[in-house]
Amino acid sequence: MNKQHYSRRFFLKSSAAFTALAALPAGVKAFYVDVENVVLPPRQMLPLTVSVNRKKYEVQADSRTTLLDLLRENLGLTGSKKGCDHGQCGACTVHINGERALSCLTLAAMVPGQEVTTIEGLADGDDLHPMQQAFIDCDGFQCGYCTPGQIMSAVACVKEGRTGSVEEIKEFMSGNLCRCGAYNGIVQSIQKVAAR
Amino acid sequence: MRPFTFHKVNNAAEALKDKKAEAQFIAGGTNLVDLMKKHVALPDALLDVSAALPKDIVPGGKGILIGAMARNTDLTLNKDLLARYPLVARAVLAGASPQIRNMASVGGNLLQRTRCPYFYDVTAPCNKRQPGSGCGALNGAERMSAIVGYTEQCVAVHPSDLCVALAALDAEVKIMTPDKKEKILPFRDFHKLPEATPWKDNILPENALITQVFIPANPFYQHFSYLKLRDRTSYAFALVSVAAALHLEKGKIKAARLASGGVAHKPWRWYEAEAFLKGKVPSEAVFAEAAERVVKTVKPLAGNAYKVPMLKGAVETALQNCITPHE
Repeated sequence: MNKQHYSRRFFLKSSAAFTALAALPAGVKAFYVDVENVVLPPRQMLPLTVSVNRKKYEVQADSRTTLLDLLRENLGLTGSKKGCDHGQCGACTVHINGERALSCLTLAAMVPGQEVTTIEGLADGDDLHPMQQAFIDCDGFQCGYCTPGQIMSAVACVKEGRTGSVEEIKEFMSGNLCRCGAYNGIVQSIQKVAAR
Repeated sequence: MRPFTFHKVNNAAEALKDKKAEAQFIAGGTNLVDLMKKHVALPDALLDVSAALPKDIVPGGKGILIGAMARNTDLTLNKDLLARYPLVARAVLAGASPQIRNMASVGGNLLQRTRCPYFYDVTAPCNKRQPGSGCGALNGAERMSAIVGYTEQCVAVHPSDLCVALAALDAEVKIMTPDKKEKILPFRDFHKLPEATPWKDNILPENALITQVFIPANPFYQHFSYLKLRDRTSYAFALVSVAAALHLEKGKIKAARLASGGVAHKPWRWYEAEAFLKGKVPSEAVFAEAAERVVKTVKPLAGNAYKVPMLKGAVETALQNCITPHE
């Protein structure tokens, strides 16, 4: 039967192996950066001129920047909210050329030449937009996170004339989710503004 | 997202000239941007074709031509379409949300990818995303999957509502190939079944562009309906949808069109049921028999057998709704 023993050679071999292992992470990291530069195309910075709330902005943005990220991160307009970031919740709804659109699925690079309106552009100074006032009057929100998107969508819903019945309003507001469940107040807000 | 270069092209010729294999055209972006965020689509370059393709809707004696950049919302408001091709608006309004319909283009709608959860999950096997990796949906969570025309390679369904109406109305797809030749593809053949190449959704040649969609003039603008059944009553993809249209003359069905979404890898026409309906006097019994002929041809998976009675009821109801005049 073989007697178990640890030789000097075994000790040297294993300690050398451990030293090599310890040195590995930095090497691997450097290797990964090399691979990334070879495999991934370089990022592209685009000079963009965008018009938001009737104001022109000149920005440099990565080609991957969505309109939502441009608004929030580059322009400091944090009214538009990032809910799902996949076009499922409507919290990022803005108007592009007066039509409601999802800023999370719009690339900033697609926006130059178009007029973007966000929740910050609705009020006239300290005078709230009628829809903003209606949301306050009708309890159209609780936590408020979906509200900027709801209001932008609601303004468009009235403009589109899709307010004939509660059912029609609900159908044409279905792209905006509210987890607090303020839907009844939202419908009432829209009815109130549509009746004006 | 993986880095990419972005470039806006001014016309179709420029788009085709600049299109390399790893580049993708972008129009509305409602599907592609999402797929890029999920690392399902990994283009090196994006070519924005929104200014390069026609967006007008042109009626004519033989039919109506719809530009590839017409927004989905345009289809629901255009007077010529609403008068003679109202099934199109019905189908479009059943899909997505107003925001998305404002962004999404007609050409892009034809090219949207399946919403199969395994296609979207880059850690799961999916022959459509990664050829040869297997089908995660088969024997997995397959309640949304196909009940007809699938293979073991892929059980995904086509997500579009517009395409179901276009299939029912025998539309045509006008394309421009990289050598700048214009070609016309019949809509019924445009989308394909998974067969052995599930990663291909359609027969659009590599690097070609959809420029227009043509719908031939037809008598199906009086008696039509679009019924979509889904997990919630709005803003969800179809479990089963039915586009039905009847041409009635002297109390008889002179011609019928019947198509479904949510059942196959492509918008699915029920030709046998259409043939059965021809010449019949419309009645509940006739519609029930037509629905029976529809479901006779389907073969559900273990996890989506519920779709069969659902489809049967949907076909009956959709046909019945054709008889009730629309407002």
